[in-house]
Amino acid sequence: MIKVEGLTKRYARTVAVDNVSFEVAKGQIVGFLGPNGAGKTTTMRVLTCFLPPSAGQAEVAGFNVTADPMEVKKRIGYLPEVPPLYPEMEVLEYLTFVGRLKGIPKADLPARVKSVSERCNIADVGAKLIAKLSKGYRQRVGLAQAIIHNPEVLILDEPTAGLDPKQIIETRELIKSLAGDHTIILSTHILPEVEQTCEKVIIINKGKVVAIDTVNNLTSRLRGSEAVAVEVSAKNGELGAAQVQQRLEQVPGVSRVVTRSGKEGHLRFEVESLQGHHIRPEIARGVVDSGWNLHELHAVAFSLEEVFLELTSTETVAQTKGAAQ
Amino acid sequence: MSNIWIICRKELKSYFSSPIAYGLMAFFALISGYFFYMATAIFVTRGLESQMMGRGMPMDVNEWVIRPVLMNVSVIGLFMIPMITMRLFAEEKRSGTIELLVTSPVRDIEIILGKWLAALMMYGCILLTSMVNLGLLFAYGKPDWKPMLVAYLGLLLQGGCLLAIGTFLSTTTKNQIVAGVGTFAICLLLWVLDWVSAFETSATSKVISYMSVVTHFEPFSKGVLDSKDVIFYVSVIFLGLFLTARSMESLRWRS
Ligand SMILES: Nc1ncnc2c1ncn2[C@@H]1O[C@H](COP(=O)(O)OP(=O)(O)OP(=O)(O)O)[C@@H](O)[C@H]1O
Ligand SMILES: [Mg+2]
Repeated sequence: MIKVEGLTKRYARTVAVDNVSFEVAKGQIVGFLGPNGAGKTTTMRVLTCFLPPSAGQAEVAGFNVTADPMEVKKRIGYLPEVPPLYPEMEVLEYLTFVGRLKGIPKADLPARVKSVSERCNIADVGAKLIAKLSKGYRQRVGLAQAIIHNPEVLILDEPTAGLDPKQIIETRELIKSLAGDHTIILSTHILPEVEQTCEKVIIINKGKVVAIDTVNNLTSRLRGSEAVAVEVSAKNGELGAAQVQQRLEQVPGVSRVVTRSGKEGHLRFEVESLQGHHIRPEIARGVVDSGWNLHELHAVAFSLEEVFLELTSTETVAQTKGAAQ
Repeated sequence: MSNIWIICRKELKSYFSSPIAYGLMAFFALISGYFFYMATAIFVTRGLESQMMGRGMPMDVNEWVIRPVLMNVSVIGLFMIPMITMRLFAEEKRSGTIELLVTSPVRDIEIILGKWLAALMMYGCILLTSMVNLGLLFAYGKPDWKPMLVAYLGLLLQGGCLLAIGTFLSTTTKNQIVAGVGTFAICLLLWVLDWVSAFETSATSKVISYMSVVTHFEPFSKGVLDSKDVIFYVSVIFLGLFLTARSMESLRWRS
């Protein structure tokens, strides 16, 4: 449903999105997770045809965003970071305006407006001026605006920002109930949000994709596991990387082995452990027993871990703040 | 077409939900009423004078009242334009609602035309208030209505081209005030250009005076519908709207 290939977006000085590729299947909910300034909003703006990409391709609902923007726009619902509301309009009036703009037939419009305001719990403020709504209600009107025309693809930029805990749960439920018929991509910098609502998560940091996986896989890969850099060489003769990799994978407690480029005939690997395993002694023994030279063996930080740390720590801050209120 | 109307309606609604629209209309009615009063007073004194001198020359209401009033109205109109156009795009950019418009299945040109039409209608409503005075003339005399119609067409065309320029300037900034001041400066310049021809008669001064929107309004105010003036106004409108479209495009490339 959504296909992004080598997407790059440069601003005057910064590279906001750098060679990002991912795919989202039909009916999936995907979380776009990253700290502030990671490039989430920028990617979404490219997907919604608001910004053209500097390089690379993006396809939404089978149409290219640069070649067929009109076809893409017909098929998406978009909730920008700041809900796009006109303060001088009443809620129902606003939804009617958006409905017209999205090309809903005149006969269906009142029914659509009614059903969407019930779905988003804003039926009771229908006659209120948007200027007089609270932040949470504005966010809900923004969400209603995004789904009013029943789009194939929903792009939601931080849909739960500014809501109180009860509203957050309601909004997450609403989003989950939309999956299936709709393909949804939502951005957030809150980890539990992704855990609760999304099937797949794309983690992005400083414009680059750090990981794409299911939430469960990612958390188990990280909690209590370690990453180790290993450098070996042959005592005499040739040594194949595949051979060493195979040996390392046999070490108990190892979850995966990634080949890295080494120097001067040395072979370099990054080994990740399972939860709660200390694999360094075993790796050392394995290498020496095989008759290879061990040049280096030390723990390294996951690139993913750094991002996760940042994400989880902001969540703790948010939670303590929430508890204090 | 329907998209243009959707946007236009939304803009009109937003004009009339703020006090500025009513303020402008009231202000304009007051000023044009004052000019009308002055012109009529002069007309009446002149009429009495010529009668006393026994000449009894028939005096033309169109020539003596309607024309000077509308000339003045055209100049006051210049100063109303920035107030009408400044928010059109600047406000949408500031509040982020431009993201809704641009990611909806509407073309840029439809957004632009919708907004420009709404501005033109707003301007038309303001002009209408000056018609009340002229209506009085019909109640008490027999002015010729055809030249008046031509003059109002001229006012609308003149307004349309300044509104197109104002719309363009509004796309270049997030700040309404900046857009308004810029538009005001340009309106002022286009008005002042007319003065150059009063001091000089060289070829350059002719060109400069040709650029002035006011120069082209003169024939309209006399009730003369000249295709060359209509073409001037229509091409400036096209230029303004074209620049707006280009600016909207380039804004997206940049920000
Ligand atoms: N209009 C702009 N002009 C120049 N640079 C920009 C612009 N918009 C964003 N950037 C830069 O691009 C980078 C990515 O920004 P982006 O808004 O996509 O991040 P984000 O992931 O949405 O962050 P947040 O969680 O704070 O919303 C940032 O470094 C930002 O400073
Ligand atoms: Mg953002």
